[in-house]
Amino acid sequence: MTDSALLPVAILGGVVGMDVVSFPQAMISRPIVAATLAGALAGNPTAGLLVGAALEMLAMEMLPVGASRYPEWGSAAVAGGAIAASAQGPHGVLAGGLVLGVLTALGAAWLGGWAMHGLRRLNGAWSVRARARLEGGDAGVVTALQLRGLVADFARAAVTTAAVVWLAQRVARRFMPQITAGSWLTIGLIAALGAGVAGSTAWRLAAGAPRARWLAAVGLGIGAAAAAGLFAGVFE
Amino acid sequence: MSAASPAPALPWHARAAMLLRLFAVQGAWNYETMLGNGIAFALEPALRRLPGGVGGSEFRSAMAREVRYFNAHPYLAAVAVGALARAELDHVPSEQIDRFRAALCGPLGSIGDRLIWAGWLPACAMLALLAFGWGAKPLLVVLLFLATHNAGHIAVRLWGLNAGWRQGLHVAGALAHPLLREGPQWFAAATLVMASVALPLTVRRVIAEGGGTVPSAAGTLTAVAILAALLWGVALVRLQGRIEGWKIAFAALVFAAVMAVIR
Repeated sequence: MTDSALLPVAILGGVVGMDVVSFPQAMISRPIVAATLAGALAGNPTAGLLVGAALEMLAMEMLPVGASRYPEWGSAAVAGGAIAASAQGPHGVLAGGLVLGVLTALGAAWLGGWAMHGLRRLNGAWSVRARARLEGGDAGVVTALQLRGLVADFARAAVTTAAVVWLAQRVARRFMPQITAGSWLTIGLIAALGAGVAGSTAWRLAAGAPRARWLAAVGLGIGAAAAAGLFAGVFE
Repeated sequence: MSAASPAPALPWHARAAMLLRLFAVQGAWNYETMLGNGIAFALEPALRRLPGGVGGSEFRSAMAREVRYFNAHPYLAAVAVGALARAELDHVPSEQIDRFRAALCGPLGSIGDRLIWAGWLPACAMLALLAFGWGAKPLLVVLLFLATHNAGHIAVRLWGLNAGWRQGLHVAGALAHPLLREGPQWFAAATLVMASVALPLTVRRVIAEGGGTVPSAAGTLTAVAILAALLWGVALVRLQGRIEGWKIAFAALVFAAVMAVIR
């Protein structure tokens, strides 16, 4: 990906980053959506989808509840999807690209969480500064604060996405061959860590559901058998 | 105002404007007033109908009241906006509106968190992973997730605004709806069943299509990864939220990448 191709990715990161909290919360910011869109933008939606699925499993653990600080998965997934999609190999997805995409997204999610915390404090400061006019019932100030918050959130997410992708591209150029060489183990690790996090979250959410153990055991059996069947080509 | 009093007419364009603004209810979210500014922003189209119109004393008093601290789940904030619009246009005394606002925060937060964040959203995400694991193309996975999630999302906002407007200060009755009470546990059970099927399939596809291994070894690696995921999941459940799995995953992947580079 060239530096000029960064602009559309940053804009997508801004739009998706806004969706996390500010507008419209339609969940285009979920990793499985955001990373796929970024992958499509960078020319390889399948690479984006693979990163998105891995991140979706990891993201399931962190519920975006109220005032808690949580990772910002939206723009992070855009960064990860774009990095994975831009590292295409001769047979499609380049394994090192997938590893670097997931790593980039995890770092960006952590950074984005802090940036979002900063934006909330900034929104608070703007609100305090406008207190006298708010207490006077000035509708114009209410609208202005709302719009300023939305624009700032877009800028936060777009800048974070651009900065992270720019940096990750340089890491990719320098270390992609080494990362790709040992990637089979890392990809197995990504899949296992993600599935463990998502599985434990599903179990905790269903705590107390009738016959939860049986439901999980039967489902796991079906899933494992289906996975084996897909490998064996039974369903083709 | 009695529970049986019929709701006065609110023009469709005012309702549409309130609904549209509700999508941005968290646009100025902050630690001081939380959703307060967004609630006033969403209510404003209805408050214009107060005697004196925009800039009138009743309008300004209502805006000043509604911009104060408020917290709720963003989707269920629609209930509050509908009910507060009705209360303001019915000229309910300000002290009563203040008490009503304070009383709404807790229920709208906890019901929304359980129903949406811990119920509907994980169920839709797991459905998308199930489609992914089964080999669906990128467009289908994305559309399946967005269509299912937003069917629920938009329905909740529409229902909330209408229920709040219809019932005003008596909206607590609407919050006893069976879907709000029992929905979370049904969604959680569905998520568990889908997760049990979807996660082995997801592991398989990530390994098979992620590259880095020869096809003949992919089956063995998948079996080992599913077993490792099971053990890792059990460990996380036993630790009962004392650690965040994604942070451990991040550290492990950084370590693996650094080892690959320096080797």
